[in-house]
Amino acid sequence: MIDQHFLALLVVVPLLASPLCLLLPNGRLPWLLATAVAWVVFALAVFGVFRVYGDGPVSYWMGGWQPPWGIEYRLDALNALVVLIVAAIGAVVVPFAGRSVPAEVDGANIAGFYAAFLLALCGLLGIAVTGDVFNLFVFLEISSLASYTLISQGRNRRALVSAYQYLIFGTIGATFLLIGIGLLYAMTGTLNMADLARRLAEVEQTRTVFTGFAFIVVGAAIKLALFPLHLWLPNAYTHAPSVVSAFLAATATKVAVYVLLRFTFTVFGLEFSFGAAPLSLILATLAVAAILVGSVSAVTQNNVKRLLAYSSVAQIGYMVVAIAMVTALGLTAATLHLFNHALMKGALFLALGCVVYRMGGADMDSLRGLGRKMPLTMAAFVVAGLSLIGVPLTAGFISKWYLVLAAIELGWWPIVAVVLVGSLLAAIYIWRVVEVAYFREADDPARSEAPWSLLAPTWLLALANIYFGLDARLPVSLAESAASVMLGGAP
Amino acid sequence: MTRQPVLHVTAKFLIPLIMLFALYVQFHGEYSPGGGFQAGVIFGAGLILYGLVFGVEQAQRVLPLGVLRVLAALGVLLYGGVGMVSLLAGQEFLDYGALSADPVAGQHLGILLVELGVGITVTAVMVIIFYVFAGREKT
Repeated sequence: MIDQHFLALLVVVPLLASPLCLLLPNGRLPWLLATAVAWVVFALAVFGVFRVYGDGPVSYWMGGWQPPWGIEYRLDALNALVVLIVAAIGAVVVPFAGRSVPAEVDGANIAGFYAAFLLALCGLLGIAVTGDVFNLFVFLEISSLASYTLISQGRNRRALVSAYQYLIFGTIGATFLLIGIGLLYAMTGTLNMADLARRLAEVEQTRTVFTGFAFIVVGAAIKLALFPLHLWLPNAYTHAPSVVSAFLAATATKVAVYVLLRFTFTVFGLEFSFGAAPLSLILATLAVAAILVGSVSAVTQNNVKRLLAYSSVAQIGYMVVAIAMVTALGLTAATLHLFNHALMKGALFLALGCVVYRMGGADMDSLRGLGRKMPLTMAAFVVAGLSLIGVPLTAGFISKWYLVLAAIELGWWPIVAVVLVGSLLAAIYIWRVVEVAYFREADDPARSEAPWSLLAPTWLLALANIYFGLDARLPVSLAESAASVMLGGAP
Repeated sequence: MTRQPVLHVTAKFLIPLIMLFALYVQFHGEYSPGGGFQAGVIFGAGLILYGLVFGVEQAQRVLPLGVLRVLAALGVLLYGGVGMVSLLAGQEFLDYGALSADPVAGQHLGILLVELGVGITVTAVMVIIFYVFAGREKT
């Protein structure tokens, strides 16, 4: 039964667990349910990855209706990787929430918090597995609405404003996407991705299709926080509860990158996206700006969560510039960075979650002397920070290595320079945190390490950064098959 | 609240009609325009009208927030539950044909149950949103 239905269960299990969470009393029970669900989903995702690499793409017909009339769920090498990232981060982050959420979220909202969390998980997985563009929009809205709710749960009152800001931006993004999808539907009369790809070829050179393409690309760019459409991201990540920052930073923008990849490569096809439309130049320019502006802004931040949020803007730049190359190596670098960035940002935000749990804030000031007060937490932060910079023997190095190789292959030397400058700036902003934590005295130097239930998930991700830096075979082979799926054109 | 007989009488006359119409839209949805969402909004509007005219406290005595929360969750569970039944019967998720020996009757039953789930959740959520906004000053 699992073998036949795992694609549907991947979405249905968190979807049905969410209202169940709402029925449970506030306290530990919703957390236990969410943990169980996150692990079940992770198991299903691992199963799915094995299936896809064993016997090729898997297709599931919702309600038994045959595509292109019915909604098709489809798993291939590209979205299997995305599903794996989302499910793995979910499985690591929910155990962390057990201690962290009661400390940061109003006790009366705990059940609702986990209900929203599971809906966000369901939406992100749904975006990844669906093979239907309208269904993709629906899941995008499910995940977005749930994330607005999650962000608004931050203790600081500014969390509400940030959530509202994200709501406005996110709604504009989703509306653009919907307008684009509507235009495509008007031209082709179909919503199934594979069918759209076939039918679009006949009507490609019409203004409607170009307009639809522009709407979809801009909508996806807002969702993935591509400079200069990133303004919602720093506030949202700063004021959200720590668990939510870690989960969204590691998954939500990745899924949005996937949406961009799916539309440009599968639905429109690369000849149209990068040939007829000048997408490559636009994406490369904006990505370079994102890397530089994001990194420089990160250097000047005083709140470490905000610093990491700006660093995310820069890291998204690396992914997008790699996409703009449209070569096998470039796309491998992009998907590889998708995977590795989830590991490092997840670890960094979880480490900060430990700090917030003990110190009550993430300002530079509250990190003084933490190298001695919370040695394990800060060690995890440093490990993930090194990975973010791209130091050899960490996962970050692998993705930067592929990115630089891909740029050299094309002779894009300015990009190589930008990547190096970006890494240098990353070294500066991570060093600022390290300096404050290790070389300043705390007011109260007594040791107060975070509890194990928080440290274990943090270290799991930090060690994953090292493991995948030493033995990158798994992510590289996943990324290479994802790249070949994109260049092969067929979904 | 001041006595406003005209308003009270009109509302008392209209609310049952609004709810009846909601049920019509709900259960006639598969033959004519309408369905769970529309019916849920209309039913919710009836309850909200009651709250507006007779006061939010009175409305909450009729339908407390806790009950609405449970209803909102149950609607989604009913929807998903129908899907799970067909899945457990060996068909695809939400393949209503599995609900009955006769596939056509199964499709009929399936869409009715699913739309009922949608209607319950939409009604509950509409009224919850009304309560939250109307009761904002007191919290």
